[in-house]
Amino acid sequence: MSDEIKKVNGIDEGFDEISEYFCDARPSPVSPSANRIVRNFQNWAQANSIFILGFGTGCGAIELRPLFTARYDVSRYGLFPRPTPRQSSLFIIGGYASIKTMKRIIRSYEQIQNPKFVMGLGSCTVNGGMYWDSYNTINRLDHYIPVDVYVAGCMPRPESLIAGFDRLKELIMEGKAEGANTYAENFDWYKNNQKKIIKNWNMPEYNW
Amino acid sequence: MKDTIDKIRSMFDGGDADEKREDLVFVTVPATQVVDCLGYLRDRAGYRHLVMISAVDYIERGVFQLTYLLHSYEKQNDIGIRADIGRDDASMDSIHRLWAAAQVYQRELREMFGIDFPGSPRVDEPMLLEGWEGIPPMRRDFDTKKYSEETFFPREGRKTADPATHMAEKNYASEEQVKRSVKDLVRGRRKRKGNDG
Repeated sequence: MSDEIKKVNGIDEGFDEISEYFCDARPSPVSPSANRIVRNFQNWAQANSIFILGFGTGCGAIELRPLFTARYDVSRYGLFPRPTPRQSSLFIIGGYASIKTMKRIIRSYEQIQNPKFVMGLGSCTVNGGMYWDSYNTINRLDHYIPVDVYVAGCMPRPESLIAGFDRLKELIMEGKAEGANTYAENFDWYKNNQKKIIKNWNMPEYNW
Repeated sequence: MKDTIDKIRSMFDGGDADEKREDLVFVTVPATQVVDCLGYLRDRAGYRHLVMISAVDYIERGVFQLTYLLHSYEKQNDIGIRADIGRDDASMDSIHRLWAAAQVYQRELREMFGIDFPGSPRVDEPMLLEGWEGIPPMRRDFDTKKYSEETFFPREGRKTADPATHMAEKNYASEEQVKRSVKDLVRGRRKRKGNDG
């Protein structure tokens, strides 16, 4: 931040953006409702209003566009793209994730409010795919953020994605899509793995 | 084209011309002469367009070979200026004053090969490799597979197969089976006895 902006906004010299602007509290697991009827209702509601984060992280994002066209029309299934992480619940990692993108993926994932789900799209998220020996792309997505559903293929067709959405809905209905809680419970392990690849960690520990 | 090549060879100690095509010739000049040579080509010989700068790592000779490819709109042909620089402490004169766009290539070469271009704008800012430690990844002594195995988490069970035999064994039935099923389809007798591929 330049000195002029600081002066205009009345900010002191010792101002630390990261600690002032972001919350550093660790995430804590949220147990589902004890009441079976409430729990089932919540799961049903979540499964039928999945908002997709419009963040194409790799080449696989090209398969997301046809989903919203008249031919596949994914809004029939209760899915809809949203522009910001704050409004969305499903994060689709489209194909290879380079380290630079991984940093943005982690930030976006942490900004999504609960309940949140992750779909790994394409072989690259499963085992690295054709970029398995690259110096700049990760091999296994589930070591950095929890993944609920994988859609294999290079690239998977939009039909495969719709099948993946169906599977995700089943998991949510059964109450098994608890990625956010897994993340909170194994927070140190995930952070450890993330920091192993992101060398210049110039962002908050946990920033929602 | 030929006049220009002769001029380069006489004025800038150029080596032999390596003629790839009628409209594409490479000339090697000493690294210290590159900026002057490019300036001459741009201002006097009509090669106003910088197509690209690239580097090749000749680890056997201990040099990086830089190639500056120029294009002339009037003559409709390309000239590549090659120069060798030492691999250790690799450094080259910046040409961002001739073409402002060159700074992007120079940033890239700095990031991927570790070739320094003193004075080039933002040359030390990484484009892709944020916080990269160790030797630059495009150098040939960098082992990308080893790095990947150590840094990322390889998933077990990855195996390699010859695509041709694998496809023949797994995905396609033998030709006769295909023929038979086509015959069955034509005759309308759909015997589904495990021979549909």
